Amino acid sequence: MDDLLREFLTESGEHLDTVDAELVRFEQDPNNETILRNIFRLVHTIKGTCGFLGLPRLEALAHAAETLMGRFRDGLPATSASVTLILLTLDRLKAILADLEATGTEPTGSDDDLISALERMAEGPAEQEQAASLPPPEPVLPPPVVRELKPGEVSLEDLEAAFLSAPGPDESDVLAPPAAREAPKAEPARVEPVEAEKTEKAEPARAEKAEGVEGETTAAAKNQTIRVNVDTLEHLMTMVSELVLTRNQLLEIARRHEDSSYKVPLQRLSHVTAELQEGVMKTRMQPIGNAWQKLPRVVRDLSAELGKQIELVMVGAETELDRQVLEVIKDPLTHMVRNSADHGLESTAERVAAGKPARGTIRLAAYHEGGTITIEIADDGKGLNLAAIRRKAVERGLVAQADLDRMTDAQVAKFIFHAGFSTAAAVTSVSGRGVGMDVVKTNIETIGGLIDIATTAGRGTTFTIKIPLTLAIVAALIVRAGEHRFALPQVAVLELVRVDAGAQRVEHINGAPVLRLRERLLPIVSLTGLLGQSAAGAEAEQAGFVVVAQVGRERFGILVDEVFHTEEIVVKPMSVKLRHIPMFAGNTILGDGAVVLIVDPNGVARQVAQGVQGSGGHIDADTDETAEVTDTKTTLLVFKGGQGSFKAVPLSLVTRLEEIECAKVEWLGGRALIQYRGRLMPLVPADAGITIKAEGTQALVVFSDGERAMGLVVDEIVDIVEERLDIEIAADRSDLIGSAVLRGRATDIINIAHFLPLAYDDWARGLKRPEQISTVLLVDDSAFFRDMLSPVLKAAGYQVVTAASADAALATLQSDPKIEVVVTDLEMPGRSGFDLVAALRRAEPRLAGLPVIGLTGTIGADAVERARALAITDLVAKFDRSGLIAALAEIGAATVSKAA
Amino acid sequence: MQAANANATETGATNDFVTVYVGDTLFGLAIERVHDVFVPSGVTPVPLAPAEIVGLLNLRGRVVTAMSLRRRLGLPDAEAEADGTKASPKMAIGLEQAGETFALVVDGVGEVLKLGADSREAVPINLDPRFRDLAICVHRLDGRLLVILDVDALLGFTTAGAKAA
Repeated sequence: MDDLLREFLTESGEHLDTVDAELVRFEQDPNNETILRNIFRLVHTIKGTCGFLGLPRLEALAHAAETLMGRFRDGLPATSASVTLILLTLDRLKAILADLEATGTEPTGSDDDLISALERMAEGPAEQEQAASLPPPEPVLPPPVVRELKPGEVSLEDLEAAFLSAPGPDESDVLAPPAAREAPKAEPARVEPVEAEKTEKAEPARAEKAEGVEGETTAAAKNQTIRVNVDTLEHLMTMVSELVLTRNQLLEIARRHEDSSYKVPLQRLSHVTAELQEGVMKTRMQPIGNAWQKLPRVVRDLSAELGKQIELVMVGAETELDRQVLEVIKDPLTHMVRNSADHGLESTAERVAAGKPARGTIRLAAYHEGGTITIEIADDGKGLNLAAIRRKAVERGLVAQADLDRMTDAQVAKFIFHAGFSTAAAVTSVSGRGVGMDVVKTNIETIGGLIDIATTAGRGTTFTIKIPLTLAIVAALIVRAGEHRFALPQVAVLELVRVDAGAQRVEHINGAPVLRLRERLLPIVSLTGLLGQSAAGAEAEQAGFVVVAQVGRERFGILVDEVFHTEEIVVKPMSVKLRHIPMFAGNTILGDGAVVLIVDPNGVARQVAQGVQGSGGHIDADTDETAEVTDTKTTLLVFKGGQGSFKAVPLSLVTRLEEIECAKVEWLGGRALIQYRGRLMPLVPADAGITIKAEGTQALVVFSDGERAMGLVVDEIVDIVEERLDIEIAADRSDLIGSAVLRGRATDIINIAHFLPLAYDDWARGLKRPEQISTVLLVDDSAFFRDMLSPVLKAAGYQVVTAASADAALATLQSDPKIEVVVTDLEMPGRSGFDLVAALRRAEPRLAGLPVIGLTGTIGADAVERARALAITDLVAKFDRSGLIAALAEIGAATVSKAA
Repeated sequence: MQAANANATETGATNDFVTVYVGDTLFGLAIERVHDVFVPSGVTPVPLAPAEIVGLLNLRGRVVTAMSLRRRLGLPDAEAEADGTKASPKMAIGLEQAGETFALVVDGVGEVLKLGADSREAVPINLDPRFRDLAICVHRLDGRLLVILDVDALLGFTTAGAKAA
């Protein structure tokens, strides 16, 4: 009985899911007899089994639902209200089934509410409908009724027969048939009025019958399958994985022994193993449609809730993939469809206004592509609001404005995958809470999948997910980088290119390696460099292989020293202690018994992107290479400003370079302004000697901090140079930091803080060099302030290391023993500066004793009190640069005297 | 830890410890936590990993994370181990935590000792904090001391310092 009940639960669960989906289809296509028959059959089966198992509650509910569906068959139009009611009933059935599964008994409770509603629905509208449809014989209604009548009867009898002949104790006879027979009895009476028109269409009826036969055969085919416990399959899969491993090991040995007589049997073993692997894999394959089953219902409910007309198109539901993969993507898919319905599609009114069809479409498509499955979720809605995403990304401190402006739309769109990122103006019950897309991405990436977005304003958004067919075994390219071998999943590999010092060579732009590949430049990263092992970068890049990989829309090359072969590897998860390293997806044991790390193309892609944009000087957790570059050199923008003198500003501070029409400059209250990107931007001359031209074009250097932007008026933009920022003559002017020699020319380095409206004008005058160069750790969550203060500190003769958060700061402090002073912003999101100092004071003696300078917006009494409690050496107002330099000098002096 | 001490004293029970040494210091590990004693070979280093982690190795078909007790205790690597993997024959202790196997790389493995509460001492407070956090207690042996290590604390290091390495 127990087994029987379990069987019943699984089966009913599946049936109810199918009914869910079918009902929604039926609602849209009420004339489709096949769908209705299918629904009817499933509910009938559930009802019959319930009666047999002695589950009165379920049976009564199923019976009531069946009765109403019987009425549909008789020609009652399927209204949205009635379908909703049946869907509600199905939900109740599922709830009861869930209880049944948990406790083993049917829960007590009453379903009279639903049953009576169902009965009323079955009685009431039918009569109205009859009355309405009788006098004017509608041309549309009758044919379906005629079609429905005949096959309906036939199919029910067939069904009944099938149901009775199915193995099962006799009790079912007693319970099921009378209930089922009610429907056919009712049928003729209701349909009689239109029977006159029956002759009109005899053909469709015949066609229906044929379909019916087909339906029966599929039902018969179902008996050919058996249910196998998932654990059994899992175990089988593990064993096969091990077998594959062993075979690989044997093959490896055979490769070393030339004259072995076991080569032939080994070859056979290899074949059999491959076939076995394929066979076992097949048992775990399920059509992706299983994961989509709930979606029509979800979309229907959303459509009602949001008041949008939504059509869900599903293509390729039969595409098969590993059930483990299926489980993982089920929820992300549902989430994304919800997102598309809520955010992606506009309201009906907006759509009509935009000249689009009122009904929005969400298209789900799945297809095989090599060893992977591609799933697309596309909507024809308004597309992502990239401007809002840009704004939000800066607000949340995910990226510096300067970096952001250099990002492509595709890169910007990816911000939606950050945790807690939502641009929805209002949080609806459906989505907009900013949880989700990051989880979706994580889920997909945990199974080695990739996700990508393509969005066109006004045309819609398409998410493309690429996932491997299976998780357990993947094809991987075995490469060597430095002294060690690594496995690169084949999924991400497009091609291999051999590079040497000759024709195909790696070139460098500003130290960043690139490769010309068929008229396109491909950014290159060296695997050894990425993994922090590279000792001699330049020579190593002379010869080797570039593995051209693609992640999402980004294409890049991974430079390796040697490529061996492809091997089917069994993916083993990384140890919990190592899982945080983004570079690795797992590890495996190769044929020769060695453990090899599997490189995660997603992790590499992220590093590539960071390396490309990272010249701005965010050292925090970036690769060592970037850190070195920023340590020694600064990229400066050189321009002419005032009396032909050369001036420069660190490029990392610059947002954009613009040429504007002078005619567009407006004057308000004596200030020059320009309408820029939808807002007013003040224009400030870089030097007193510059006047804004009256006609022609004017060169601008645009600086911005979050929402604020400022245009610096210059005479001419000259060049971008990368030099060691070594300020030789400290200027006695607040608008200059000092002068330096750049490209052999004396150049003034301007102090942006002087120009920014938020700046104070008391600039550090007459900088005093500290007696000894010490390293300062600058902690500030705002990239802007980091970029602004770093040059100031460097100019004052300090080595500067930056960190974007308290956590990053602690990590840096632990790793870098050179740091002697910490300058931290006290107000930071998450762990504040006070928390950081408190953590420091608890840490090992070296860190506990570090002098700390706190930067704060307002120096209040309580802040002073807290600072004293934490032994913070000095508190400095956030914009008081001279104060900061003075405080640092004081600390330097104290250390020196202590040392002496 | 206090409670455990008290219990042992009451019952007067003895515990078995596997002794290992790192440099001149003798350490003890509760025998029920030790699954294996083997010579680690073919260690694959993991770039970007926390310093404590030596690498991964294949232990009879299982991938095991190898951790250096020296580095865990903040001690410098032995001379011979300066270049990482090509170490002179060292020993490793197979430990398990949360279903995962770890190999604790030590300089050598000694005998198994049966020790009672009579020789047990609390951890001296003047020990290096790294030692203090990992040690449960100290046993007075003939002529030397045995520091009993807390296996869970040993394996319980977080990945916080990882980025730094």
